Amino acid sequence: MADPMKIRATMKGDVAEIRVLMSHPMESGLRKDAAGNAVPAHFIQSMAVEVGGKKIVDGQLAGSVSRNPVFGFKMKGAKAGDKVVVNWVDSKGDKRTDEAAIA
Amino acid sequence: MNTTRRTVLKGATASGVLAGLIATGALRPTQVLAAEWNKAAFESKDATAALKGIGAAAATESKDLVIKVPDIAENGAVVPVDVTSNIPNTSSIVIMVVRNPFPLSAQFDFANGALPEVSARLKLNETSMVRALAKADGKFYSVQKEVKVTVGGCGG
Repeated sequence: MADPMKIRATMKGDVAEIRVLMSHPMESGLRKDAAGNAVPAHFIQSMAVEVGGKKIVDGQLAGSVSRNPVFGFKMKGAKAGDKVVVNWVDSKGDKRTDEAAIA
Repeated sequence: MNTTRRTVLKGATASGVLAGLIATGALRPTQVLAAEWNKAAFESKDATAALKGIGAAAATESKDLVIKVPDIAENGAVVPVDVTSNIPNTSSIVIMVVRNPFPLSAQFDFANGALPEVSARLKLNETSMVRALAKADGKFYSVQKEVKVTVGGCGG
């Protein structure tokens, strides 16, 4: 199981800013290790963000997203206290779901 | 001939066929489903094929789509990319690194109040155009900007 995500969600006026840091190697499958062997692909393929029980972002990613991906999203219509749930599934089928509340 | 009656009849036939397709599962409303990883597009090895894979082969350039990237990236492994769409009804944003081995990098579909903007960090194998696409009302719009890379981020 991967390490927990870090989710920070804050209200800036009427816009909620959501930042997510996922802990993942994001191996593209193209990199070689020190011994010259190809490192197998292992990266997050899909992710979703839910706020207050409604999905606001559905994402699909490639191995060209940097290691330990960081994403920033914004939304209208949310309020402080709303629950933010983020989940991802990677190319090996590993999953992770974490949540936070909008501050 | 009564043209109104013709039109109504035609419309009825068309919607009947549509309903049939939905019932048989040939044409399901896609929004209900979680996005399935678009393998064909993500495994495309050139930008043109990747564009085709997401249905954006006919994207038009737009100034209402804003991409923010550094002019020079010292480290190609972590290049910040910000995309904001000012195009009304933008439902998706796609980011592509044209000269990467697999150009398509990420696609985000927005709903329920999400603003059409996203920030991410990407790997650039070499100096490349970074292209952002926005989908609005079924049409694709694009903008691109070059990032010069000193040290590549995909290889060893």
